Amino acid sequence: MITTDEVCNVLTMTAEEKYDLLKSVIIDYERKESNLIQILHMAQAIFGYLPVDVQHFIAVQMELSVSKINSVLTFYSFFSTQPKGKYTVSICLGTACYVRGGKEVLNKLKSVLGIDVGATTEDKIFSLSVMRCIGACGLAPAMTINKKVYKQVNANKIPLILGMLK
Amino acid sequence: MINLTINNKKFQVEEGTTIFDAAKLNNILIPHFCYMENVHQIGSCRICVVEVEGGKTLMASCVTPATEGMVVHTNSERVRDVRKVIFELMLSDHPKECLSCWRNQNCELQDLGNLIQLHEFRYEGAKSKDVVDSSSPSIVRDSSKCILCRRCVTVCNEIQGVGLMNPHHRGFSTFIGPSEDELLGESVCTNCGQCVLVCPVGALKEKDSTAAVWEALYDKSKTVVVQTAPAVRAALGEVFAYEPGTLVTGKMAAALHQLGFDYVFDTNFAADLTIMEEGSEFLERVTNAFTTKEKDHVLPMITSCSPGWIKFMEHRYPDQLAHLSSCKSPHMMLGALTKTYFAEKMNINPAKLYVVSVMPCTAKKFEITRPEMFSNGLADVDAVITTRELGRMIKDAGIDFRSLEDGEFDSPLGLSSGAADIFGTTGGVMEAALRTVHELVTGRELPGIKLHIKPLTGLSRIKTAELKIENPLPAYSFLNGVIVKVAVTSGLKGAAELLEQIKNGTSPYHFIEIMGCPGGCISGGGQPRPVNDAIRTMRLEAIYREDEGKLLRKSHENVDIQMLYRDFLGVPLGHKSHELLHTVYTQRSKN
Repeated sequence: MITTDEVCNVLTMTAEEKYDLLKSVIIDYERKESNLIQILHMAQAIFGYLPVDVQHFIAVQMELSVSKINSVLTFYSFFSTQPKGKYTVSICLGTACYVRGGKEVLNKLKSVLGIDVGATTEDKIFSLSVMRCIGACGLAPAMTINKKVYKQVNANKIPLILGMLK
Repeated sequence: MINLTINNKKFQVEEGTTIFDAAKLNNILIPHFCYMENVHQIGSCRICVVEVEGGKTLMASCVTPATEGMVVHTNSERVRDVRKVIFELMLSDHPKECLSCWRNQNCELQDLGNLIQLHEFRYEGAKSKDVVDSSSPSIVRDSSKCILCRRCVTVCNEIQGVGLMNPHHRGFSTFIGPSEDELLGESVCTNCGQCVLVCPVGALKEKDSTAAVWEALYDKSKTVVVQTAPAVRAALGEVFAYEPGTLVTGKMAAALHQLGFDYVFDTNFAADLTIMEEGSEFLERVTNAFTTKEKDHVLPMITSCSPGWIKFMEHRYPDQLAHLSSCKSPHMMLGALTKTYFAEKMNINPAKLYVVSVMPCTAKKFEITRPEMFSNGLADVDAVITTRELGRMIKDAGIDFRSLEDGEFDSPLGLSSGAADIFGTTGGVMEAALRTVHELVTGRELPGIKLHIKPLTGLSRIKTAELKIENPLPAYSFLNGVIVKVAVTSGLKGAAELLEQIKNGTSPYHFIEIMGCPGGCISGGGQPRPVNDAIRTMRLEAIYREDEGKLLRKSHENVDIQMLYRDFLGVPLGHKSHELLHTVYTQRSKN
């Protein structure tokens, strides 16, 4: 059985080692279609995201069509086909955050980072995403960067916040 | 039995019956959209909702089983209101360009609109999809017209086992097709067109070839030759409101002459030729198997007439390609002969010949683009149109099909036997081959009523038969007492089952016929809609009627075929045959 430790070591692995590890994951899960979601979870843990090549690898190993794999993984927002940046910037667009200016913050983020929601900057530093209410309405508009919450974010402060991270 | 009440009438139905079927059995029609009997019943479109007393919400009748004491209303105020809103929401994300849509007046969404009768479009908003994928030579996918019914998903996955058409993303962003990064033309798509056949709207269609054919017909410098596949004549009539299963062979030939084709040939002629070549190839393989000790014979041999099946095999079983007969499919043979034998005979420059095939098939459009299907730089066949496309051309030309006097095919590539006719249906190629092979080996006719092999007829997925060789001619004495085992399947799921046996070394068969579409070419991806088992059966019976109505029932007795060998080809499997009538296959990737 693959251990959590092994998955934690992925940062130091070569691409070949990653594919070997994924193959043993798939064998552990008996190549069963009913285990596909778990396999995709592990694959994303190993590769960070699920690019076309990884989808093809899983398809061949499991004797499924790549379209089937893609069908399942695009259904769940947890899975990503794009690499995630070092920092994932998420802006809350729940009702409270929206009316307190979340949309302006999002627009500012898009223009400063030069990317759309769901994308990652070319230097692989920032990814941008949107959340629907994180239960921090008192802090509206709220934003998170990785696990840290930023409160009452002002669009004008975005360049400063992002600049401090780089 | 279960007692239930539908629209205030009491009925008894068997346990397990859905509300939809219970109503239908008792002549109550519930409006529906995505439902396909025994194939696709998942309630995805919600049009067939009904009100069940005591139930909190309306229920999709195609997936809800009838239960004891159930009281159902299929046309109450609530049901009709909800049905209308569901239809309006479908339309809110559908382009309303019906006049320029190829499905105009042949569209299930229009039929539903006719029934529901909207007076205005209340919901207009963003459109979710606009991708048009025309990368495939066979099939065009226009996602803007897709209403997400998922019928294509069911046939591609459950019936064909190809697994290419799937839903991707979710909610408003959902689209159906190969994955985002895949193009149909570069994917594992077999081009079988079963998805096109079941699409209720204009989202999946054959790649149009009629424009190219019209152009050739108008070009005075070209001699335009057309050929028609066996299954076309059993279904073309449906485009002109004939009952399914009406044979329109004569009218079809007449219409093709009227359209301006210079020569109207019959693919059936080449079907007879296929039997001569494929039958000889089978005998050669069997002879090797029974007379030599070497293990280089490859059995079972599998038929190669169906290009959808061929591409499936190339992707899925690239290591088993030696099992395929090397014969080209019949229309490719006829194309090659038209540009050589016929061109020579008529003293026409082959470069000025334009060959059109009318096929029940979308995969044939891909087949003619294969590099092996060119000889001396010229395509064996220049264009393929489907039965549906021919129907459109005949209408477009203003030909009154129903009033046509019967016409005839032209010589020398027009005469065919009944064995060729049955190529159009599952089991037909095998029966045709055995009619000839048995006679070549024993000197006697194939045993069986009216030359049929009963176990190989009909719509079952996998059919098998055994044929004992008794008292063969001296040349085949080594086959005395041998039991020849054959199998027939149609639809790619059955094909995969038989191929798994071959892969595992457990296949007991000598000869296998595989057709890519369920039922064979009679319900190919290019045939008129709708197609269901009842219509398949009617077309199938028509094909056997055509066969039994002929005096000439066996390919090797076709005098024009005999003349072709005498004057041009020499012998089956000879040098010229190999050059013109046989082909090679390509190993393709699994994804």
